[in-house]
Amino acid sequence: MSQDIWWASESFWRKNAIWVTAGSFVVLIFLTFDTVNQITAGGKRVPAYSVINHRISYEFDEKRNFQVPVIGVEEPLFGKKLTEQEAAALVSHGKLTTQAKNCMNCHTLLGNGAYYAPDLTKSWLDPSWGSKEVREQQMVEFLMNPQDRLHNGLGRRMPNLGITEPEARATVAFLKWMSSIDTNGFPANFKPIDQEN
Amino acid sequence: MTALGKLDSANLNGGQKLAVKYFTVAIALFGAQILFGLLAGLQYLYPDFLFGILDFSVNRMVHINAMVVWLLFGFLGSVYWLLEDESGVPVVGLGLGNLAFWIFTLAVVVVVVVYLLVQTGVGEQSSIWLINEGREYIEAPRWADIGIVVCVLVFFYNAAATFAKGRYTGIGGVLVLDLIALAGIYLAGMYYTPNISMDQHWWWWVIHLWVEATWEVLVGCLMAYGLIKTLGVRRKIVETWLYIEVALMFGSGILGLGHHYFWIGTPEYWFTIGGFFSALEPIPLVAMVVHAVFDAGHHKLKSSNNPALAWIIAQAFGNFFGAGVWGFMHTLPQINLYTHGTQWTASHGHFAFFGAYVTMVIAYFYLAIQKWRGGVYMSGNLIGAWKWKWALALLHIGMLMMTMAMLISGYEQSQIERAIEGSSWVGYFTAQAHPWFVQGMQWRQIGGWIFAAGFVLLAWDLLTIGKRETRPAQITTAAE
Repeated sequence: MSQDIWWASESFWRKNAIWVTAGSFVVLIFLTFDTVNQITAGGKRVPAYSVINHRISYEFDEKRNFQVPVIGVEEPLFGKKLTEQEAAALVSHGKLTTQAKNCMNCHTLLGNGAYYAPDLTKSWLDPSWGSKEVREQQMVEFLMNPQDRLHNGLGRRMPNLGITEPEARATVAFLKWMSSIDTNGFPANFKPIDQEN
Repeated sequence: MTALGKLDSANLNGGQKLAVKYFTVAIALFGAQILFGLLAGLQYLYPDFLFGILDFSVNRMVHINAMVVWLLFGFLGSVYWLLEDESGVPVVGLGLGNLAFWIFTLAVVVVVVVYLLVQTGVGEQSSIWLINEGREYIEAPRWADIGIVVCVLVFFYNAAATFAKGRYTGIGGVLVLDLIALAGIYLAGMYYTPNISMDQHWWWWVIHLWVEATWEVLVGCLMAYGLIKTLGVRRKIVETWLYIEVALMFGSGILGLGHHYFWIGTPEYWFTIGGFFSALEPIPLVAMVVHAVFDAGHHKLKSSNNPALAWIIAQAFGNFFGAGVWGFMHTLPQINLYTHGTQWTASHGHFAFFGAYVTMVIAYFYLAIQKWRGGVYMSGNLIGAWKWKWALALLHIGMLMMTMAMLISGYEQSQIERAIEGSSWVGYFTAQAHPWFVQGMQWRQIGGWIFAAGFVLLAWDLLTIGKRETRPAQITTAAE
C-alpha cells in the first residue's frame, strides 16, 4: 500500500505542515517589523501629518517608472499653517469621520472598500474640483450638502450624512494627507488638477 | 429513538443540539444577506431606490456583515456538530457554550438594528465604539468585537478541552491549532489609528489570514470529517490529505498576504513576495478537488447522504474556481494595478465565498437534518429529491451568472476607468455609464433573483427533506 512509502505517509506530511506553517509565519513576522517601520507616519512612504501644510502633487518618476507623490512648496490647508500636533489631530478627526460615516461602503480608499462611488486615494488631486483656488471650499460644501449636486449622468448621488463643517474640514485634511502616501504608482495614468501658479 | 423521519432533539448529542441552534440562526442570516444584496444591486440600476432611507452603504454593509457572521455561525455549528463524535466524549463546558450562543446571537441582533436605524454617527471615538467601525467586513462596533472575542474564546475552550479529555484525532489537532490562529488574528483588527496605511495593513491580517488561511484550513477539517461520514473513507487517507492541504495552504496563504500590500503604502518588496506566494494559493485547492473526487469515485458515489456529498463535491470545485482561478486571474501586480478596487474584486469575492464556504456549511446543514430526523435515508431515490437538486442547481446558476456579469463589468472598468482615463472621477463615471458596465449590473441582478429562488427552495428542502422517508440511512463501509 502507498502509505508505506515515506513521501506518502501521514507522519511525513504532518511534520511538513508544522514546519512550513512555522517557517512562513517567522518570515511574515520579520517582514512585518520592517513594513510597520516603513509605513509609520513621518517616514518616506507615509509622510507626517503636517504635510498638509504643503503642496502635494503626483508626478511621473523616471527611475521607478510610475507616478509618485511629490511634496512641494508651502501651501497650508485653508490658509492656516498647523503644527505637527494640530495637523495630527485634524487628520485623525477626519479619519474618524470617514469611519463613522461609513465612507468605505460606497467608496474605495487606497483601492479598498465598495465600488459604488469613486476611489478617494487621489481625490484631493482630482480635476473635478475645478481649480486649486476653489478646491478646498468646494470639497467642504460638497461633503456637507452632496445630495443636491448631481455630478454624473447616472443619477447616482451621495446622501446627506449630516457632516458638520468641522468634520468636513477635517475630512479634507485627511484626504489631502492620504494623497501624499507612496502607493507604488496606484492609481496609474492619473491626471491631477493643475496646481501651478 | 423516535420514529424515523420525525424531527426530534433526542436524536442529537449535546454538541449537536447546540450546533442546530447555530445552524438555524445561520440560515436566517443567509436570507438577510441575500435580501440586502438584492437591495444594493437594485440601487446600481435605480439610484433613487430607497435613497436617504436605506442608502447603498447601509445595504452593502448589512450584506457583507451578514455573510461573515452567518458563515462564522455555520462553522461554529459544524465544529460543535462533529466534536463529540470525533473526541469520543461529551462537550466539556457545554452550558457555557450555550450561554455564549445566546449572547452572540443577541449581540448580532443589536448590531444589525443599530446599523439599520442609527446608520452613522459623529466623527468621534464614541461612534466606532457604539455604532459602526466603518472598516469593510469588520464594521461591527468595538463593544461587539469584544463580545465576539469572548464568545470565540468560549468556543475554543469547548473544542480544546473536549479533545483534550477525549482523544485527539488528526482532524481534532489541526482544528484546535487553527482555532488559536483564528481567534488571535481577530485582535489585529481591534484598534484605531489615523494612519490609513497602518490601518489597512493590520486590517488585512484579519481579512486575509481569516479568509485565505485559517478559514480554508477549517473547511479542510470539515471536508475530512464530511468524507468519512458520507462515504466512509478511511481516516488515515483523509488525515494524510488534510496535512498536505495544511502544508500547502499555510505555505502559500501566509505570505500570500502580500498581494494586498501592493498599493496601500507598503514597500515594493511585496510585489515579489505577494505575487509569488499568492500565485501558489490555488495549488492546495487542486489537492482538495483531487482528494474529494478520487474518494467519491473510489467509493462509487455510494454515500449515506447524497445532498451533503453533492455539496462537498461542489465545495471542492467552487473553492478551486472561485477562490483559486478567480483569485489567480488578478493576483499579480502587473494586472492588479488595473483591477484593484473594481468589479473584478466583487466577482472574485462572490464566487470565492460561495464556492469555498457557503457550500461546505450547506453540506453540514444536510448532515444535521439527517441525524435530527433519526438517521433517515438520504441516498439514491430519496423521496422529494428534486428539491435539493434544484436548490443546488439554482444557487449555482445564480452565482455563476452574478460572477460572470460582474467580471465583464470589471473588464470594462479596468480598461476605460483605469487604463484609459487614469482613475479620475470623470473616468469612474464614464466607465459606470458605459452600456457594457450597465448590462453587467442588469445580468447580475437577474442572477441575484435566481440565487434568491434557490435559497427559498433550499430552506424549504431543509424543512421537509426526509420527512416522509421510513428507510434508515444507508450504511457506508467505514473502516479504520
